[in-house]
Amino acid sequence: MNPAERLATTTSFWNDTGRSGITAWIFSTDHKRIGFLYFYSVLGFFLVAVTLGVLLKLELMAPGRTIMGPQTYNAVFTVHGVIMVFLFIIPGFPGSFGNLIMPIQIGARDVAFPRLNLLSWWLYIIGAAIILTSLFTGGGPPDTGWTFYVPFSARTATNVSLAVFGVFVVGLSSILTGLNFVTTIHRLRAQGMTWGRLPLFVWSLYATAWVQILATPILGITLVLIVAERVLGTGLFDPARGGDPIMYQHLFWIYSHPAVYIMILPAMGVISEIIPVFSRKPIFGYKMIAFSSLAIAAAGSLVWGHHMFTSGMSDTAILVFSFLTFIVAIPSAIKVFNWVSTLYKGSISLEVPMLFALSFLLLFSIGGLTGLILGAAATDIHVHDTQFVVGHFHYVIFGGSGFAFFGAMHYWLPKFYGRRYAERPAVIAWGLMFVGFNMLYFTMMVLGMKGMPRRYYDYLPEFAPLNLASTIGSWILVSGLVLLLVNLFRGLSSGELIGQNPWGGATLEWSIPTPPPTENFTEEPVVTHGPYDFKGAGIP
Amino acid sequence: MSQPLHRDYAGAKLGMWLFLFTELLLFGGLFLLYGAYLARYPHEFAAAGREMHLVFGTVNTLLLITSSLLAAMAVTAIQRDQRRTVQLLLGGTILCAAIFLFNKYLEWSAEIGRGIYPNSPVLAAGPPGESVFYSLYYLTVGLHGLHVLIGAILLSVVAVRVGRGTVHGGDYVWLENGALYWHLVDLVWIFIFPLYYLIL
Repeated sequence: MNPAERLATTTSFWNDTGRSGITAWIFSTDHKRIGFLYFYSVLGFFLVAVTLGVLLKLELMAPGRTIMGPQTYNAVFTVHGVIMVFLFIIPGFPGSFGNLIMPIQIGARDVAFPRLNLLSWWLYIIGAAIILTSLFTGGGPPDTGWTFYVPFSARTATNVSLAVFGVFVVGLSSILTGLNFVTTIHRLRAQGMTWGRLPLFVWSLYATAWVQILATPILGITLVLIVAERVLGTGLFDPARGGDPIMYQHLFWIYSHPAVYIMILPAMGVISEIIPVFSRKPIFGYKMIAFSSLAIAAAGSLVWGHHMFTSGMSDTAILVFSFLTFIVAIPSAIKVFNWVSTLYKGSISLEVPMLFALSFLLLFSIGGLTGLILGAAATDIHVHDTQFVVGHFHYVIFGGSGFAFFGAMHYWLPKFYGRRYAERPAVIAWGLMFVGFNMLYFTMMVLGMKGMPRRYYDYLPEFAPLNLASTIGSWILVSGLVLLLVNLFRGLSSGELIGQNPWGGATLEWSIPTPPPTENFTEEPVVTHGPYDFKGAGIP
Repeated sequence: MSQPLHRDYAGAKLGMWLFLFTELLLFGGLFLLYGAYLARYPHEFAAAGREMHLVFGTVNTLLLITSSLLAAMAVTAIQRDQRRTVQLLLGGTILCAAIFLFNKYLEWSAEIGRGIYPNSPVLAAGPPGESVFYSLYYLTVGLHGLHVLIGAILLSVVAVRVGRGTVHGGDYVWLENGALYWHLVDLVWIFIFPLYYLIL
């Protein structure tokens, strides 16, 4: 390689030439550029759905009609859920940080199928466009809730068919990402990158990818069945014609329960990266954390029935599903204990990614334990379909995955921009979010225990004080979020310059220049140490 | 952007196999419904199953098995670099697919002719289990027919690429993956045929 060529391969991926303008991004097959396409798309949809969520809480600030009527409220919570679930958190981690980080962490130049990777993003955007179109055309935005339960979804006059078709396309995108990642992790690991040296974020993406491959097709066929029910009148879920609506619930949750592991597993992977780096200690129980990701993926595929304890399913089925649900708690707890053990006697530095990781531990634990209240049939029947469920879910997915996502943003984005954020505002933003989050969702769990149902725009007067507190919590949370994003992106564009390895991490992404070159590695890496072997990596 | 050509055959085939899993699971949802509703309406399912056009089903089964054989022979032929033979064999596969779809058209026309289609008055008047059976039949076979169409288009693309020489004896992963997809289409039918036409 002559010097000019060497220089060309070490320029950062931002300066990559070829196409110009926006086509250099939307037709790029570089995993880093696709990662950013995903990142900014999911972030955009996240902010839209956050706005809808704030409107929902505003409506619930006081009893009676506050800012919207029941039909609007139904549409807003449906669209909030559909966007958050299908357009933000499911594609969020694999699409953005999975694409940005995973190939570098395994020492690869790109994913196994770069063009398929670009197609995944295009399918995602097309699906998203179809979903958005469904909001403004036909009979108006869907009002079924994100679960599209029959018989209502088969009968409502709103634009369910189009929205469901959009979700189908997004699901196809998710499948393609999953099979791309499994193939990449099997085939493209660098020399010396054995399975036992795979960073835990990669392990978690590997487990996630399997869930995406094996569960998403069931969602696909379920959505096809809804459209068939509406357009052809197949009657498969209509008791008048021999169908059974409970079959729909089974099919839906066969996908949608594993889908929550698509949302949380990569977040656990992020936490497994952040905690050892900011504790200056190799991770405790590497093998068990890696194994528990697979165990969660496997066991989590068998527990969908716990969403249906009140559906009229048989008592035997309820007992079995309840038992299996408790089994999933074991690998989840293994992870938490291993993270806490990593902290023990570590040299902890409380930087922003670490603050998010620590709050993840607390919030995810609360979310997980309240999940057991829902997993036990006896207690579930008391709180089923109440605000408790909503609070629990947000503890796991927002307090867990969401906080991990913000942690990942502060941990990895500086690597790609070469600049970092200001520390103090980020800490204040984290504090606001943490306080606001707990005010918002803990009160919802209390309200649920007291019997306030979910998905109603109105409530009894005795629930008023707690609802007001919850709404105020949402304002605090959002002000923290705004501060966080403003500070982060201001830092990334004009903040302090950073070097190759600002945090002292031992995984491969910290061994290449900042920002990474197009080819990632100037020459093929040979891995000689584990991902958390800080001494082996020569990091003080 | 210049992409260095990487030829990871094992990787490309692994990706295809994973995709085939997802296709199986897509049909799996419908087979799951079939199982659940068969348990609920065994007699209605049996009565409806006896009404199916066994001749169409049998001819189509033979067509698909033959086409799968031709596709497999095409893979062997390309390994020997016999491009003309490959194209003929793929042409045979696609012809089988076309006849299959034409038969399907005749069969569906016959069914619809006697008033059997989702949400039809005839089915509404009959026992509920039969309506479920026929709805599942139309959905499963319709989805399968769509896959026959996609598979035929995929193999046509491969045949064109063989003609252009971009798929040849040294690089035939396109053909191999296309043939794998075609075998999946065949395999799914091997389950549909007995479930709807034979065993009840």
